[in-house]
Order: sequence, then C-alpha cells, then structure tokens
Amino acid sequence: MKVDRRKFLSFVVGGAAGTALSPLPWKLVDDSSIWSQNWPWTPVPEDGEVSYEPTTCSLCPGGCGIIVRKIKDRVVKIEGIKGHPVNDGGICILGLAGLQLLYGPTRVKTPLKREGARGSGKWRKISWADAISEVAGQLNSLRSSDKADTIGCIGGSDRGVTPNLLKRLTSACGSNNFFRTPSMQDSYETALQLMHGKKAMAGFDFENADFILSFGSGILDGWGSPVRMFKANSNWKTNKTPVIQIEPRLSNTAAKADQWLPVNPGTEADLAFSLINIIIEKGLYDSNFVNNYSLGFADLKQLVKDKYKPAKIAQATGLKSSDIEKLALKFADARRPLAICGSGQGHTPGSLKTFVAVHALNALTGRVNSKGGVWAVEEPDYIKWPEVQKDKPAVKGLAQARIDGAKSKYPLSQYLLNQLPDAVNSESKASLQALLIADANPFYTMPDNKAAQEAFNKIPFIVSFSSYMDETATNADLILPNHIYLERFEDIPTATGFAGPFIGLSRPIVKPQFNTQALGDSLISIVRTMGGTVAASFPWADYKTCLVQTLGSKWPALSKKGYWVDSRFMVPGWTEGFKTASQKFNFSNKDLMMVYNSRPIIPEGSDSFPLLLLPYDSIRLANGYIGDPPFVIKTVADTVLKGKKSFVEINPITAKKYKLKQGSTAILSTPKGQAQVKVHLFEGLMPGLIAMPRGLGHTAYDNYLAGKGINFNELIGTQADPVSGQDAAWGIKAKIARA
Amino acid sequence: MSKELSHNKVRRYGMVIDLDKCTGCGACMVACMAENNVPFKEDESNKRDSITWMKVYKLTNGKPFPNTEICYLPRPCQHCEGHDGHSPCVSVCPATATDYNSETGIVSQIYTRCFGCRYCMAACPYHARYFNWWDPVWPDGMEKYLSPNVSPRMRGVVEKCSFCFHRYQLAKDKAYYEGRSEVREDEYQTACTQACPAGAITFGDLNNPLHAVHQMVKPDLKHAGRPKSPNAFRLLERLGTNPKVYYLSDREWVRRAGDNYMADTKNHLEPKEH
Repeated sequence: MKVDRRKFLSFVVGGAAGTALSPLPWKLVDDSSIWSQNWPWTPVPEDGEVSYEPTTCSLCPGGCGIIVRKIKDRVVKIEGIKGHPVNDGGICILGLAGLQLLYGPTRVKTPLKREGARGSGKWRKISWADAISEVAGQLNSLRSSDKADTIGCIGGSDRGVTPNLLKRLTSACGSNNFFRTPSMQDSYETALQLMHGKKAMAGFDFENADFILSFGSGILDGWGSPVRMFKANSNWKTNKTPVIQIEPRLSNTAAKADQWLPVNPGTEADLAFSLINIIIEKGLYDSNFVNNYSLGFADLKQLVKDKYKPAKIAQATGLKSSDIEKLALKFADARRPLAICGSGQGHTPGSLKTFVAVHALNALTGRVNSKGGVWAVEEPDYIKWPEVQKDKPAVKGLAQARIDGAKSKYPLSQYLLNQLPDAVNSESKASLQALLIADANPFYTMPDNKAAQEAFNKIPFIVSFSSYMDETATNADLILPNHIYLERFEDIPTATGFAGPFIGLSRPIVKPQFNTQALGDSLISIVRTMGGTVAASFPWADYKTCLVQTLGSKWPALSKKGYWVDSRFMVPGWTEGFKTASQKFNFSNKDLMMVYNSRPIIPEGSDSFPLLLLPYDSIRLANGYIGDPPFVIKTVADTVLKGKKSFVEINPITAKKYKLKQGSTAILSTPKGQAQVKVHLFEGLMPGLIAMPRGLGHTAYDNYLAGKGINFNELIGTQADPVSGQDAAWGIKAKIARA
Repeated sequence: MSKELSHNKVRRYGMVIDLDKCTGCGACMVACMAENNVPFKEDESNKRDSITWMKVYKLTNGKPFPNTEICYLPRPCQHCEGHDGHSPCVSVCPATATDYNSETGIVSQIYTRCFGCRYCMAACPYHARYFNWWDPVWPDGMEKYLSPNVSPRMRGVVEKCSFCFHRYQLAKDKAYYEGRSEVREDEYQTACTQACPAGAITFGDLNNPLHAVHQMVKPDLKHAGRPKSPNAFRLLERLGTNPKVYYLSDREWVRRAGDNYMADTKNHLEPKEH
C-alpha cells in the first residue's frame, strides 16, 4: 500500500481521535493523579519528645500569658496559660497564629543594607559588625557636626527595658526626639495628669463594675488587653451586668451589648457632658467624693449647665432627650458604673475633651480610684538608671526643643509622632537626619500616609530594627533585625488597662531561627562602637545583664513564674490617691477649662464631599506594628475582602441614593485621596456614613497579606487636638460613585 | 463494633456553644487551623474552597438601622449520630472513609481511605466538609510548626473537624498509663474550646450527667438527644441528623435562624450568610 500524504494525515488524525475517544487518556490522567497523590510532597511532621514552655505574648501590649507546645526544638502550638492574671487560659486570634510569624516568609533573616532606590527591594546582606558600625558611624558624624538633635527614634512603647534603652540612646546622643507610637494611652495619661496630678496609666477594674458605658470603645474588637476584655464581657453576661455601647456603627461590641446607642460620630464628649449635667441637676452625684475629695466642681457644674442642655445635645447626638436622661439615671443608679472611651482598638489618641469628659463622669459618681472603677496606676518603677553622661554635642543637642512641639507648643503631651511629618516637610532641609525605628511600622500606620511617607523620604538615614519585612523596613536604608518575641527576653510592664502594677516576661523558648539579634544587644553594641560619653551611659556588658540588673529583686519571681504582680498594691483611694497641689481630684483648673472649651473636631473636607468616612477595627485585622499572618487573614469574611479588593460598608438607604448595590465597584474619594472599593450593604451602619476596616492595604509583608485591599490611612488626614496636639481626627468627609 | 460487644461505656462527646457569649472574634477558627495542620493559600477569599473545619457565620436579623442585630454562629462538624450512627455522611461513603465511632460518638475521617468522590460533602447539610483541590503548600520553613499528632492531608481527599480526636487518644493513653479507665472532663477538650477567649464553647460527654455539656442542654435521650433546656437548639433539628453540637441563645430570632423549620413560621426570617 502506498502511503501518500493524505493517507498519512488520515491515519494520524484518525489515530488521535480514536485514542481520545477511548478511555485510555482519561484512565492515564486518573492513574497518574492517584499515583502522584502519594508523592512525598505532603510533609510528614517529625515526632519527638513533647514539652511545654510558658512565656508572655508581646504581639500587642495586652500582656497575655502563653504556653508553647514543642516537639523537640520545634514549636508547634501556642495556647493561653490557665490561671494567668491577664488572660486565664484564653488567647486571641493573633496570638494563636504567632508561629506563622516565627517561621513565616516575612522574617528579615540577616542584617541588610539597601542597594537600589529606597523601597525598591534590592538589598545586600551584611555582617552584624558592619551593620553596627554603619549606624554608629552615622550617629557619630551627626554628633561631631553639632547635629545631635537631628537624630530621632521611634519606639512602639516607652515602657520596659528595651524601649528605654532606645530612649536612652536618643538622649545620650544628644537628642530629645524620641517618639512613642500614638494610642489612646496618650490621652488617658494626659487626662490623669490633669485630674489626678500624677503620671500614671488608666487601670480599669472591669471585673467589679456592674454597669458599663462605653463611648465607642471596641471592648470586643481589640480594645485594651483583648482577651481580658472578652473574659470580662462573658462575666458581665453571666452576672447580668448591663453594657451600653455608644457608636454609629453596629460593631461586634455593639452587637453584644445590652443596648446600642448609635450617636452621630464626634459627639461622644457632648453626650458625656450632658450626662454630667443631668446627674448634677438631679443631685445624683457622689456628694461625699465631690465635697471632700475634689476641687473645681462648681466650674464644671456651671459649664455643663450653660453649654450642654439636653435638648441641644439631643439634636447634636441624634438621640432623644428622654433617652439621654434615662441613660444618665441608669448610670447614676448603678452601684458601680464605669464609663470608658478610646474608640475602636484605641490605636488613635482621639480628642482629649472626650477623655476628660468621660473621666469627669466617672469621678462624679465616685468611680475613680475605687472598687469597680478607673484607677490611676503608676507603672512599676524598676528602671532606675543614672542620668546619661553628656559631652558637648549632647548638651547642645539636648538644649534644643523637640521638633514635634511636645512639651513646648503642646506642654501637656510627651510625644507627638503625628506632628513629625509637618515638622519635617515644612523645612527645606530635613530637621531629622537620622531615624531609628523599632517595634513600630509608621510607614503603614500613620494617618495622612502620603505626607508621612514624604517626610520619611526626606530623612537621609533610616534604620529599621524590625523582625519582619514590613513597610518601614522595606523603605529603610539599613535593617538590623530583632529576634521575634519567642526568641528573646523582654519585660512587658503593665498590660493595657490592667488594674494594678504588673510585669510579664517574654523569654526565648526557641533558638533564634535566623541571623538576628535582640534589639537591646544591637543598641548596646551601637553605643559601644560609638564610644565616648554615649558608651559610658550604658554600663552593661550586654542586654541580658542590663535586664537582670534592672529588674533586680523582681527578676527571680519573673523568671520563675513568668510574671510579677505587685502584691502590696491597693486601690489608690481618695485620701492619698491624688497628687495634685491640693491632694484632691481636679474637676477643673486652667488647663482643664481650656480642654473643656476647646473647639470640637470637625472632619476635614468641603461640601463637595457629602458623606463621612469612618474607620472600623476588627479583631481579625491586626492594624498596628504586626500585620495579619496567613491564618488570620484567612478568617476575614468575603464581605470585607474578596480577592485583592476590599469592601466599604454603607447603609442600603445611602447606597440607593448613590445607585450602589451589594458588590458594586465604586470610587471612594476624600480630600486625601481616592480608592477603588467594593460596596457591602450593612443595615448596622448609620445612613450617611461609609465605614472602612483598618488593617488592609499592606504593600509589604508576604503574598498572603500584601496588595489586598486599601489602607485606610491613605484616605484620612490628621487633625491636631487643640490642647494636646495629638491626632484627634475620627473621620473625614467623603464621596462615593459607581465606578 | 456494635454497642453490645463493646466493653466500654458509650460516650457521646458533644459541644455546647453559647451564642450570647460568642463575640465572633475567630480565635476558634485559628486555634483549629493551628492544632490540625490545616493548610492555607494566598487567596482565601473564595470561601467555597477555603478549608475551615471550624467556621464562624455572621447572622443578622435583617431589620433596618437602628434595629439591626448581629449574631455569630461557630460551626464545627456537628458529629451527627442520626439513627444508630447513620449520620448523613457516613451513610453515603462508599469507602468507609468516614465512620461513626460508637465508643465516643465522633464521626471520623480517614484520609488514606478517602478517594475524593465527595458524596459526603453533598450529603452534609451543614457544609462542614471540605475538599482538598490542591496539595497543601507551606512557605519555605513554615512546615516546622506542623504537629505530628495530625497528618497533613494530600490533594484529592475530604477533611473536616474531628473534635480533636488525637487529643482524646492522648488523654486516654495518659489515663491508662495512670491506671484509670476514665478520661476526666478537663483532660479531653478540643482546641477551639480551650482557645475561646469568651468561654463560649463547652465540651464534654453528653451522656455523663456530671459533665457541664449535659447540664447545660439536658439532652432528651428518648427523643434523639433533643435539648430540654428552653434556650438550647440544634441546627436544622427537623432533618433528624441528631447532631452533637448544641447552641444556646436568649434571642428568639437567633434560635429561629438556626432552625428555620421551627414550628412557628409566622415571623419567618431568612438567615443571611456574611
């Protein structure tokens, strides 16, 4: 048979068709997938001896006790410690996912020096010695050219040994420019300073309160020490303690509260003053406290009488005046009522007026420094280091005021990181020449994000001590990676809102996984290399020595038990609890009157923006220094994040007005920027508002988090509180249109 | 093994979830993922292929502002007993890859037997079962945290909540080693129960009158474990799946959302999944 071209092609095509029609290819695909199913690419975890080691979680300032399950030297699970004073066995969603941070792809594995342009992601691995001498060299050259005051440091906290080493390094160099990441702590501290006359933190005796009035605090959304708040809430449910939540959005806290009072946003202080007015008028205040342990009551009384009449406040807040009155009566009638504030997770300081108003409300009913109330808790004072030694450049530098206006333009505030961008951007030559950043991610977390980034980009030398490749590390010139919390010793003094002095201890429960170094050791090495008075200000051989010496008599208990509670601590009380000039509680004085009379914070934007954009916090979206690990982002609902797009919430009534439907794509604009978002219709949001979650829109970290959604901080600006100077912006005007 | 032949007392491990205490924080979901080597992908926002043995649903009462209410509902595998262990999934499995354990009342899933037909997924009225469409991939180094107590699953098999059965085995081994025949209530607790910061989840033996779960819901054994407590309910009670996860809520609309076949359909509300 002659095989011509035609026959050959028919044969090939026929053969192919025949094979395709036969079960053969399907059988082969099936067989090969079954066969390859058992290939060893599914890991078989190695077995071994099991051990449990206790430590303290420091992913947030909550201070939970955690116990870590290990198989040989591998850590396989993190759980809460039963009986721990803060979290008693409970643990939050982020704490549970800590191992994904330890072993995750976001770790910075070795010191890195930038190669390409800032943020381009081109790095060169360098040795620790080179990294340390580079930082020391830069700081020394600034000092020797009389620019010591242009050295700045940003820390996540100013409590505990490591943050204080960073603060000490700043002053030893000759600069006052140490910044702490802002939070509601700033406003609570200022309120306590003004009213109690002492430097203290607010501690809340939630467990003994029998009526909770929350001015927008996300009790179940990550406020304070989250696990403690969850536990307290469950106890309130069991004991039938009423919880009243005041905020315009049905948050998880509002959903679980006994009563949700949606007030117009930004009117919380007005409502508090109005409650004060009613309680005074009806004579329901604690007259023993007011008459014998306080000063300035008459001025406050006059102020609320003149300015906070129920009818006026009803209009401002959107509540009925009868409801406001009922609320005031319920609050005053309760045996141990407690009012709290600090909106959402309390990551922004907010308006000082709200804090003093809420604190005055507590005081009026005798709820300060008493059982079930709010206490001024002094932090454990174990850090008693001698003054830093100063040479000429240091003396000269320390004579300069802080660049952010804290302690000068704003005498009541200690740190004003929110003022830093303006201070840097307003001058042609950067007023900061070097910036060291630890336990903070300001490139992501700072509102008016564009201005903040612009300011950072003007600073010629930025060092990040981050353990993770976060936005700040990505944009730094040098990264000196810290051990993560499971690899290092760290004292964690007083969990947020804890009622009494408390220190938790983080300890290394696993060998350092990478070529990292504890921040304390990096700082001590830097000063050692710098030499002179800077080195002399740090008399410790290494960080561990410094820690043990500083904690002194508390160290044995800490290293044995993992935490230290001041057993002698008692409720501060009214007789000795106030450190004002008169030893009494201040209802008003010159500073307080300035706060009471300060102008309200009106959201930024012209009338061309008819709506209001508000942030909301979710416990499933970490929005501080740490970003969501893979497990946590996995739990985020598909009505918050779908693929790379994030949703904004909007009431169906408002949505209809703008022709938006569930899932519509829309352009959201504010005076600060615009973003493409998807729309989620939510009945639980007050009409006229748009709510957006914090914690999305990361550009750094890993592929599990980066590039998903919009960073709220890019759409909001900052607004300085007229008295404290802290960021008090609670929203921004906005418009939305179908894309 | 039939009940008559068993030397052991019949236990019915079950769970009671107090929906008034549940805050929807999601700690149970992550505790479960961390305990059971549950894999994750870069994008988990397609919830139909996102493996969550424990999944927290968000329900709303559907009323407009400001009368809107929200309730969260955590949903593990319900470990249905059906009639005599004929749970919906067990009945349809052609490979005996899922089985009802008459000693503990736990519905098992044996990955090496499963060949991925997904009949059980179709049969499960609670969407508690998940299929591995892909082989799990842990980023380089992250496989270090995998627990040896639970096998990581391969592509092509179904997986679901096991009530942390490995914890039962460990507790039982410990009890035997210490010369006890009984596992104490606190010795066997699931990872989600242990983690829940609100203390909303209670776990134990429903057959044991001393256990908290029994006292909370008072299961009526004559009527397939139906709860006698007025605020307790089970999901889709009417289907007769006889689940061992009970829910508590003071709010009627929540109870109704959990079982929209309840007798009074006058105020019928559609539960919305969020």
